[in-house]
Amino acid sequence: MKLQEYTESRHNFEECMKCTVCTAYCPVLQVNPLYPGPKQAGPDGERLRLKDPWFFNYALKYCMNCKRCEVACPSGVRVADLIQSARIRYDHTKPKLRDRILASTDLMGKLTRPVAPVVNGVTGLKIAKSAMDAMLKIDHRRTFPKYSGRSFEAWLRSHEKEQAAFPKQVAYFHGCYVNYNHPDLGKDLVKVLNALGVGVQLLDHEKCCGIAMITNGMSEQATRHAVHNIAVLKKAVVDKGLTVVTTSSSCTLTLREEYPNLLGVDNSAVHDSLLMATRYIYERLEAGAKFRFRTDFHKKIAYHVPCHMERLGWSIFSERLLRMIPGVEFTLLDSACCGIAGTYGFKKENYEASQAVGEPLFEQIRSVNPDIVACDCETCKWQIEMSTGYSVINPISILAQALAE
Amino acid sequence: MTTKDFDVIILGGGITGAGTQRDCAMRGLRTLLIERSDIATGATGRNHGLLHSGARYAVNDAESAEECIRENMILRKIASHCIDETDGLFITLPEDDLAYQQTFVEACRKAGINAEIIDPKLAVRLDPAVNPALTGAVRVPDGSVDPFRLCAANMLDAKLHDGQVRLHTEVTGFIREGDTILGVRTRNLQTGETEEFRAPVTVNACGIWGHHIASLAGVNIGMYPAKGALLVFSHRVNQMVINRCRKPSNADILVPGDTVCIIGTTSTHIPFEECDNVAVTPDEVNLLITEGSKLAPSLSSTRILRAYAGVRPLVSADDDPTGRNISRGIVCLDHEKRDGLKGFITITGGKLMTYRLMAEMATDVVCRKLNVNKTCETAHKPLPGSEERSYEQVARRIWETPSMAQKAAASRMGTSVSRIGKLDRYDNALVCECEEVSVGEVNDAIERMEVSSLTDLRRRTRIGMGTCQGEFCACRAAGLLAKARNCVEKERSDLADFLQERWKGNFPIGWGDTLREAEYTQWIYKHVLGL
Repeated sequence: MKLQEYTESRHNFEECMKCTVCTAYCPVLQVNPLYPGPKQAGPDGERLRLKDPWFFNYALKYCMNCKRCEVACPSGVRVADLIQSARIRYDHTKPKLRDRILASTDLMGKLTRPVAPVVNGVTGLKIAKSAMDAMLKIDHRRTFPKYSGRSFEAWLRSHEKEQAAFPKQVAYFHGCYVNYNHPDLGKDLVKVLNALGVGVQLLDHEKCCGIAMITNGMSEQATRHAVHNIAVLKKAVVDKGLTVVTTSSSCTLTLREEYPNLLGVDNSAVHDSLLMATRYIYERLEAGAKFRFRTDFHKKIAYHVPCHMERLGWSIFSERLLRMIPGVEFTLLDSACCGIAGTYGFKKENYEASQAVGEPLFEQIRSVNPDIVACDCETCKWQIEMSTGYSVINPISILAQALAE
Repeated sequence: MTTKDFDVIILGGGITGAGTQRDCAMRGLRTLLIERSDIATGATGRNHGLLHSGARYAVNDAESAEECIRENMILRKIASHCIDETDGLFITLPEDDLAYQQTFVEACRKAGINAEIIDPKLAVRLDPAVNPALTGAVRVPDGSVDPFRLCAANMLDAKLHDGQVRLHTEVTGFIREGDTILGVRTRNLQTGETEEFRAPVTVNACGIWGHHIASLAGVNIGMYPAKGALLVFSHRVNQMVINRCRKPSNADILVPGDTVCIIGTTSTHIPFEECDNVAVTPDEVNLLITEGSKLAPSLSSTRILRAYAGVRPLVSADDDPTGRNISRGIVCLDHEKRDGLKGFITITGGKLMTYRLMAEMATDVVCRKLNVNKTCETAHKPLPGSEERSYEQVARRIWETPSMAQKAAASRMGTSVSRIGKLDRYDNALVCECEEVSVGEVNDAIERMEVSSLTDLRRRTRIGMGTCQGEFCACRAAGLLAKARNCVEKERSDLADFLQERWKGNFPIGWGDTLREAEYTQWIYKHVLGL
């Protein structure tokens, strides 16, 4: 008898064994009873939606897309992808102005850069926060990321020549955060890579990866960004034979996984050449490269693994690099979501849930009482800094601090 | 006290029996329906669930085709909550003769079926699951119908018209005086209790088992048991019914039914002894996958949930070895005229599609015998649940923002969903997670639909019909049933039986994810719950 050799289904939803592990791991479900949970919203709901799109449930918007369900699933079901793609396919409500503003990270960066000090001052004001809360439903209790006066791109362009002199080269997908809010992280990466004899290049005009657009109902715009970015990445990877490094786990996941799985944009030509910088660096060290560390660097570091880093499965590289630094007392924090999930926690309706999700993590950080919390994700950083008062630094910046001059 | 005298006794709780009881009851007769097992356990629940447009029969059997399209239009009105108006395609593949399409379309038009030749490219756009190699496509008003729901709704309506129902009750013999049947002797298969029921007319609506019932009454109907095997795929691959535009053959209909899709069938003559226990063979599974993949290529790599087979109650006219050429036409026998046996009629042949017409024909004969002069109203009085056509509107009226489970309940119960509209959180909790069946829906079925086991409950609510095949819902539903019947011990064995029955359908296609799931179910029930 001829058996079926294999079976396949969209995002593997038929592979679900109903074990419900995803439901146990869902951070949202534990704090928000309105959310149906990953199993029901994902593989279970998919069968009904295939019967009639009317079965689409708007409560799916409560999904943070943290992908913890996918990490937990023993059957390889892409649960969060099922939920996000259902939202893309069936949710035709127009995104609100608030969601458009939150999702357009690079546009906001471009607009605010020339007047960054003013914007930073204003967004810190109570009255401005109350106004945004009232008009846009952006929660007034949030602290906003600061904008930088000079973009990272401008800085690196001014150092193009010296970077080109290094024998080995990588391209850097810096993302909106490094470009507009925190160019210092980019500069730290350049310093660390330079110490390994690697020069850093810009891509030929990258755009925002689009992750916030995907979750805010702007998948068409996100797809346009994806198509652009893949073309730009191909120039670096295929034409120049470069590896592309990143410092944000969410941008990386988007470029590598969300583009093909959610937006249907083929990235196979560049997929394997897109790496988190920590992974790239770790591999260089394995291949024999050496760092020279300071001897007077003594820090107690607690490392929080961002959800998307869990999904990539690459937290081990950041962890190993941090442990490698002499004088570091390292604690790996329990695997938990901080609750911000990009733009999710900024929304007034999600604030309470967002803080409740993160509370166990905040509690652990307080009890560990580290000098620094290390984390590869900028939005986790905002959330943890706001909620605990501890300063959160990207592992790359910690490495940069620990290197001998 | 139960009345033991009736105007008419109907034997068989399939769709024909349930429909006949409803019709008789609506015409004011005191009715009793007796079924050996549960409703819809025979051919009624073991077919495609195809709402035929009649197109399949148009070329070879014009009469059946005309009946089908008439009943098709009627069922859309009276049984809307059991029906999904998907429309259907008849596709021509490169190996088929495209010339047949013209013959086919002409025959359809003659029968009154709206068959429209469309561009093959349009067919692929309408239903992307269709084999893109197709060379021709015709669109027809096919659809899908849930036979369990349809049967239950008929039974419910008969009960609302004071009809009585005895399930799990076997007919052991007839009460006979000379050449007249006066009633039946029965034995309850669950309690062993024996009873006698009397009525001036008894209707044999037992499908293929009608052969045996007729012989108990001393008459012979030349029935021809033809087995048909089908496979259930785990989700809807196709949105429209997909047929092959050629002479009817094996595995050439793919029907999207509720959350699944079903490919079938085969046709094999089997001996009467096998009718109670039909098994699907590896050859049949092979054939269904191979031929099915020609209709929709993705079937070859889609997870299969179950395999099952039914037996068509054909009445043989010639020696056709496959049964394909026997008319699917309705056979209504007045045994007084045919065999000189008074008070006994047989209604058989036909199809799920034409059950209402069969019921009308049988009821007309019953009424003539009883000198009752009432006209049939089943063609325009909606079944309970179908008073309104759109389940979306029904749901929206009850709930401001219905949850997925509430939507699912509305799609299954139609207007009857209002019965579970104002329930609390406990009742809204899910029993079956795959099909989204709530505690409230299960309890409602237990309360009003003659449920005596989990398998009965499955036929009325779809619990255990989803991907996990009872893994999660079985123990929850068993708890509810044990509570309702106040009997835990009995429920334990019922639970084991239910899981065994689910495994029976998984076994012929026991590989890949379905096997993995079955294994997992076994761990839970055997090793965790100690069943």
